[in-house]
Amino acid sequence: MRRKARRGQPGYEFEAGAVELDGQIEELREETDQEEQEKEHFAARIEALEEQRDRLLAEIVENLTPYQHVKLARHPLRPQSADYIPQVFDDFIELHGDRRFGDDKAIITGLARLEGHRVVLIAQQKGRDTHEKLERNFGMPNPEGYRKALAKMALAEKFALPVVSFIDTPGAAPAVEAEERGQGMAIAENICRMSGLRTPIVILVTGEGCSGGALGIGVGDRFAMLENAYYSVISPEGCAAILWRDSEKADQAAASLKLTAGDMLELGVVDEIIEEPLGGAHRDPKQTAANIRAYLKAKLEELRAIPIEQLLEERYQRYRTLGTHART
Amino acid sequence: MRFFRKKKAMPDGVFVKCGGCGEMVYQKKVEERLQVCPECNYHFPIGAWDRVRYHTDEGTFEEMDKGLRSADPLEFVAEKAYVDQIASDLEKTGLNEAVLCGTCGVEGREVVFIAMDFAFRGGSMGCVVGEKVTRAAELSCRQGLPLVSVSCSGGARMQEGALSLMQMAKSCAALHRLHEKGIPYVSIMAHPTTGGVTASWSSLGDVIMAEPGALIGFAGPRVIEQTIKQKLPEGFQTAEFLLEHGFLDMIVERKDIKSTVAKLLDYLAPLSSG
Repeated sequence: MRRKARRGQPGYEFEAGAVELDGQIEELREETDQEEQEKEHFAARIEALEEQRDRLLAEIVENLTPYQHVKLARHPLRPQSADYIPQVFDDFIELHGDRRFGDDKAIITGLARLEGHRVVLIAQQKGRDTHEKLERNFGMPNPEGYRKALAKMALAEKFALPVVSFIDTPGAAPAVEAEERGQGMAIAENICRMSGLRTPIVILVTGEGCSGGALGIGVGDRFAMLENAYYSVISPEGCAAILWRDSEKADQAAASLKLTAGDMLELGVVDEIIEEPLGGAHRDPKQTAANIRAYLKAKLEELRAIPIEQLLEERYQRYRTLGTHART
Repeated sequence: MRFFRKKKAMPDGVFVKCGGCGEMVYQKKVEERLQVCPECNYHFPIGAWDRVRYHTDEGTFEEMDKGLRSADPLEFVAEKAYVDQIASDLEKTGLNEAVLCGTCGVEGREVVFIAMDFAFRGGSMGCVVGEKVTRAAELSCRQGLPLVSVSCSGGARMQEGALSLMQMAKSCAALHRLHEKGIPYVSIMAHPTTGGVTASWSSLGDVIMAEPGALIGFAGPRVIEQTIKQKLPEGFQTAEFLLEHGFLDMIVERKDIKSTVAKLLDYLAPLSSG
């Protein structure tokens, strides 16, 4: 049964070999359950197959092209914020709405607890099935989403709660209504307010971190990416359509844009990469959540000890120093 | 595209075709009216130096950070190499980047002035634009001088990748400090102001004004059209549309920008405007 389910699972060609081996391992496990006396024999075969699969996965990961990297970040089985929340935090109370216009479901906001830390959580959510995707607008926030996030950040500031932000968006909604309600201005205001918010902010890109839509909830003191997440000024498809006049050139655009977690670390945009299980977060969501939890715990601990004025100065300098230029 | 045509690209003849009404209008008259059509009031796109000429006191502009140039941090190559595009824009525009910053007078009031130029890489914001705008805001903050900007931009510069995105954060952080110090910032949005510039510093003015007919938005109209697969309504994302929806304080004709800025500064900073 499980094998069938796995075979029917959505995925990409470059990981197909590993998925096939997963199926074989699964099948053997089922047989083991039925034939008690041959347990040892099966165990050895399973172990061999697992080794083979992990070698293959390591090879796949090693040779990922930047565009395959983007695809992993968009993997249909990749855990999303709503999957992480119950595993990363001990408690969560969702708080809806921007108190101005509506409740944008592309951004989940609320109060969360992680051991001794009480935080305000801002998390983009793309949605899993068609229904949820539509409800969440594929994780593309409207202005009210950014204003909702800002309202909850103001709450965080008022009660001295750190802010944790999970980024996973293909970009802010490009739509008539979004423009009518001031998409650009909403994002600008968030960026500005976050740069001076008098409470610690930890940012984590869990999947897609695309354009101003990501930055609108993405200014803070500590900035990490999951290993297979990407961060970019524009989607590789959008960039290809403009600079190559051919959206089919997305693989070239992805390479030129330098958008992988490794690139971001090198450019100084992020300060840490959170490891994912071999082959990607979707292969072991639990482990991924545990890694996120460990990261957040460490950062919240670290930030708690820094006086607010010093924190704000360091935050300012963090962004002040980003970018290079030459002189004539 | 006719909307984006630079003054230089206009024919040297006596008449020039208006991008608004399509009429052939007397060029001298257009120039007298600061590159505005005498027939239909269409505001021709103009460069950063024209902004200095039209909106600041003659002979007062002192350019700062003039020598900053793109370092091509990603060594970006698409159909063309980014370095070559930069080189050709340097030659074409005589500018070093898509923004000009400096100090100057506005009817006798000393200000820090920022003017973008669409002719240089579509006025896109990469590291140099971000750095120059940030330095301008920081100078305002240090010296207590009001900040005045004229934006026109296609958005963040793709060829500098995520570092361009970071310029939005950097410039907004500097403006946050300016806000906290209570120093006025007047933002003038010119045609077109879109993408990363709309979603950062240009939207953070204490007073935001726009020239008539300017296209202002986050997502470009083409992107929206492709997404919703529908024709956009007439007048969508124009300055008039934004005023109607509550995102602009006022629409000001080019000839009135200087005096309006001066008046506003007298209200917002009567003590420090000298």
